[in-house]
Amino acid sequence: MAIELLYFAWVREAVGRDGETVDPPADVDTVAALVDWLESRGGGYAEAFADRSRLRVAVDQEFTGFDASLADVHEVALFPPVTGG
Amino acid sequence: MTPDIRVHADDFDPVTEAARLESGGAGGVATFTGIVRGENGLVALELEHYPAMSERALAGIADRAAKRWTLTALTIVHRVGRLGPGARIVFVGAASKHRADAIEAMHFVIDWLKTDAPFWKREQFGDGRSQWVELRDTDVAAKDRWES
Repeated sequence: MAIELLYFAWVREAVGRDGETVDPPADVDTVAALVDWLESRGGGYAEAFADRSRLRVAVDQEFTGFDASLADVHEVALFPPVTGG
Repeated sequence: MTPDIRVHADDFDPVTEAARLESGGAGGVATFTGIVRGENGLVALELEHYPAMSERALAGIADRAAKRWTLTALTIVHRVGRLGPGARIVFVGAASKHRADAIEAMHFVIDWLKTDAPFWKREQFGDGRSQWVELRDTDVAAKDRWES
């Protein structure tokens, strides 16, 4: 199923785009698996997604963890820890 | 009480915002204004956000505050885009019948929005360097203080 990906801050810079639509294989069923799958593309993706401790995630515009399921998910955002305020 | 949440590039006027919070039966108003520090040769902060989520995340923080304290009004304004030294970044204002609720709710909201709203800052310096601001442990500790 197609998922809209969004990238922010240095994740966006490393990947080289602010988002894309992906259709990962069926066994990519959690955010963690999605990050591994993206990392395996190499290049900027490997740079952005190698260290999960530096990443945070939102699924359908809610903050969540890497164990979150991708079932019926439309939008996944990957980004560094937030620094607003 | 419906919180007033705004995210935009334009400046805001903290005096106008504070005055607006006085109506509706308030006995006190507590406000915080965050301002860009021009330290270490900083020439600008670039504020990036997740547009589809940022106002919702701020509204979620406002709702938590409204459940925990008795408020007559609550305003959060967060700017995005390029901001120079001295520019206002964020406004939080809380109004309540009694001072403790206003002061604590304002403090809670500013601590939470440092760690739980999708904004990112990039610092740009006069010598051409630029870097993304890292989340600080002290910001996480400030937010965690409110857990109980």
